[in-house]
Amino acid sequence: MRLQSMKNALSSLWQTLFGHPVRAFGVVSLLLLISLAIAPAKNHFSEWRHYQKQYLALIQTRGDAVTLQRHFHEHDGIQQIWLPQLGVVDRCTTCHVGLKEASLADVSTQPFRRHPVIPHTLDQFGCVMCHRGQGPATTVEEAHSSTLAWEQPILPARYVQSSCGQCHRAPLTGTPQLNLGRNLLGRYGCVHCHTTKLPDGRAIQPTDDPPSLEHIADKTTREWIYAWLKDPQSYAVTATMPNFKLSDPDARDVSAFLIANSTPLAGDTAPDLNNQKAPDPTAGASLYGESFCSSCHAVQNAAGNVVGGDVGPELTRVGNKVKPEWLRAWLRNPRVYDAGTAMPHYRLTDPQVSLLTVFLRNKTDSDLLANVHLDTPTPEQIAHGKLLVTEYGCASCHEINGIKKPDNFAPELTRIGSKPLTQIIFLPGMTHAIPDYIAAKIRQPRSFGAALKMPQFSLAPAQVDALTTALLALTDRAHDLPMALTVPSKPPSNYQPAGKAGKLMDDMACFTCHTINGRGGDLAPDLTWEGSSVQRPWLEAFLKNPGTLRPALIRRMPRFNLSDDDAKELTDYIMTVYQTPEFDRDSMPASGYPPAQVEQGKQLFYSKYACQSCHIVDTKADKGYIGPTLTQVGSRLNAAWIYHWLKDPQAMRSGTIEPNRNMSDEDARALTAFLMTQKGSSKQEAKK
Amino acid sequence: MVTLVLVSAGCTRKPGPASALKPTGFGAAVVESSGGKQVGATGMVLTQPLVVQVNDDQGAAVAGALVEFSGPAGVGFDPPSGLTDSSGQLSTNVALGGMAGRYQLTARTNTKAQKAADVKIEEIALGYQEQVGFQLDNKYCARCHNPESTAERVSNYDNLEVKPHPFTEGDTLNKMTDAELTAIIGHGGPALNKSALMPPYGYTLSKTEIEALIAYIRLISDPPYHAPGTVYAQK
Repeated sequence: MRLQSMKNALSSLWQTLFGHPVRAFGVVSLLLLISLAIAPAKNHFSEWRHYQKQYLALIQTRGDAVTLQRHFHEHDGIQQIWLPQLGVVDRCTTCHVGLKEASLADVSTQPFRRHPVIPHTLDQFGCVMCHRGQGPATTVEEAHSSTLAWEQPILPARYVQSSCGQCHRAPLTGTPQLNLGRNLLGRYGCVHCHTTKLPDGRAIQPTDDPPSLEHIADKTTREWIYAWLKDPQSYAVTATMPNFKLSDPDARDVSAFLIANSTPLAGDTAPDLNNQKAPDPTAGASLYGESFCSSCHAVQNAAGNVVGGDVGPELTRVGNKVKPEWLRAWLRNPRVYDAGTAMPHYRLTDPQVSLLTVFLRNKTDSDLLANVHLDTPTPEQIAHGKLLVTEYGCASCHEINGIKKPDNFAPELTRIGSKPLTQIIFLPGMTHAIPDYIAAKIRQPRSFGAALKMPQFSLAPAQVDALTTALLALTDRAHDLPMALTVPSKPPSNYQPAGKAGKLMDDMACFTCHTINGRGGDLAPDLTWEGSSVQRPWLEAFLKNPGTLRPALIRRMPRFNLSDDDAKELTDYIMTVYQTPEFDRDSMPASGYPPAQVEQGKQLFYSKYACQSCHIVDTKADKGYIGPTLTQVGSRLNAAWIYHWLKDPQAMRSGTIEPNRNMSDEDARALTAFLMTQKGSSKQEAKK
Repeated sequence: MVTLVLVSAGCTRKPGPASALKPTGFGAAVVESSGGKQVGATGMVLTQPLVVQVNDDQGAAVAGALVEFSGPAGVGFDPPSGLTDSSGQLSTNVALGGMAGRYQLTARTNTKAQKAADVKIEEIALGYQEQVGFQLDNKYCARCHNPESTAERVSNYDNLEVKPHPFTEGDTLNKMTDAELTAIIGHGGPALNKSALMPPYGYTLSKTEIEALIAYIRLISDPPYHAPGTVYAQK
């Protein structure tokens, strides 16, 4: 019955529409027209047209509307930046219409903001190179988000510096976060476990220098190892050693194994030769200060601030850690225990060693080991400790007798920035994007599974972001870019000075602070051309007893108590080998300049060039504390060096902050003449 | 060079699930304890956390008071809200938005009478260009222009006979045009009949670097710098 009525209704509809041939033709034409209109309508109502209309409405009321409209109409419709060499097809500028309009600087609504000033142009680099996302897409969803067909969403602004790192392999002024992250990868030893190759094929090298544990029992106690393993930061807030979250029995067994496994090392302990009298504690503090220990080692003060350098370990509670007999031997010559240490051999006398030992041994925290009570370990415990040490990969960082450094202990991070999302297990509630995964993994590795081995690092939020940024830079694109399109970093230098002087320089760890021929630290001046710069007698005296050149600096060169022979050997080497090819150091005389020229130089110094804003020549009148004091520069530096330095300081030592004054030859010569007369007072000389 | 002032959009953010937190204390006022006036970078977490304190009408710290943070679009707080600790304080990590400029953040708490008490905190986000300027300031300028000494860098400000202007000194620097700043940086003090103690950097810094330095100076200026230019009719 019902079927029948429906049939009737349908047939009457058919009759109405197609009953007459003319009517049928009209209906079919109409349907065809509608179907043909779908595509243009979709186009007309598309998102990007909507944004372009909005943009036109936005610029309409502005003073420069005509210019902006002309720019817009020069290319309306869908825009595309196509860079075949980089594999870039970006249509982002279809909606982001105002990117190049400097006058839109006050517009804060997207997608119409002006692009902030950067060193690259959109036409050369496109958008996705830096921002990720899907370039060819023309809808917001597809371009910005992760979709089924495309897993690369927009990169959050906080990680955008990672994109610079794809091409720029050396540190850049404008990318402090990327620079920090790359530094932390080495500093926190990430790359001990995770092999991470740079696009040029080199593996990132760790810079944390974890100590060998082969002779650990000579250095410290099992109780300290236990407390350290349980919470490294409770011993030293700046410790880079991560927390493995060991249970009490596990920490007990690992400490038992490390002590039992340690072998004695000849000469790494020393008896107290100064036992007779208790050394004056204030003398220890002043020796610590005079030796500029704080240039490298930090101590936490009462207010909780960490004061001092970060080259060596923090010493706030060192008295809880090291055995006095080991500390004495270490201070006497650290190279006996660790041949490659960054710590210089100070050549201290026995009374000095005793003073420092007592001073450092007093740096303790009574709470640290108060609750650590360990019984003599059983062989089972020691065996279990060995098992744990192997399982947790301790030997990836530390040298341990009988355990080899494991290969590929943790996943390689060489292309982590492009890791396919299908290979990643995300936590519930997490955004499915690679930056979120990396950041979460660094922040709390074990949140991905309690049984995971990766330990908990102690990192500030900004450090986590920096590390994530550095890792995100390691993309497929970074590795596959033609070399011609990259800005390579300087290859690491393995420069090694030769002969006896070279041995001396290693012994005093010169490279910890100074750079020579590309190798070394940046705490102190580059010495590559030192031989062209200074006068021989000054250098020899300075090596024996370094005086103050820059009074405002806290980190200064310590006294290494060199013997006369060693100082002479080193001076000869520096004067002969570290010379610039740019000029002959004897090309200008050390004295004998005409008084008129000297006077002219003095005038230039104080008036035209106002050098006294940064330098001191006359200790009574001048107050400039930025550059080195010049009171005895005439006995310190070579005339030719001063002249060439004045002409172009950055050419003599790249990165120096003294501005280039574009000085005429005549002015430079006159200033050189004046400075060469500054020989220092004879009284000061006599004192030395 | 235009400084952008991004004013918080009146705290329109809906209180998230975090406001399920039940306050156990109510204060009369919320004050900034530390972490304000930081100079950070766009999109990035500020180095120091923002710490605010809730006080009662006697000025004593109140524990367990609910504080909610809000800011302009793009600003992230971790956590966005929470209860004050035993010393009346709540700390949050702030990530600034993607646009360079000044960000006005708000920390708000409810008084016993269910009235809102809030405090406004300003932070500055440097974009790429300003970041370059900041690095250059640190390297070349701050030794004289910043009167504050740090352990790593002793200020030379007090030693100079003619005092340089700190870069935040908007009252003076805002009156100088970009061209004047370019001249004094590039050619030294005498270019504007000022002291020769200010050396020229035009042979040391590139044009781009000087522009970056000026962009940075303009951004951190206090009071804020407003670029001269066409004033567009507002609809």
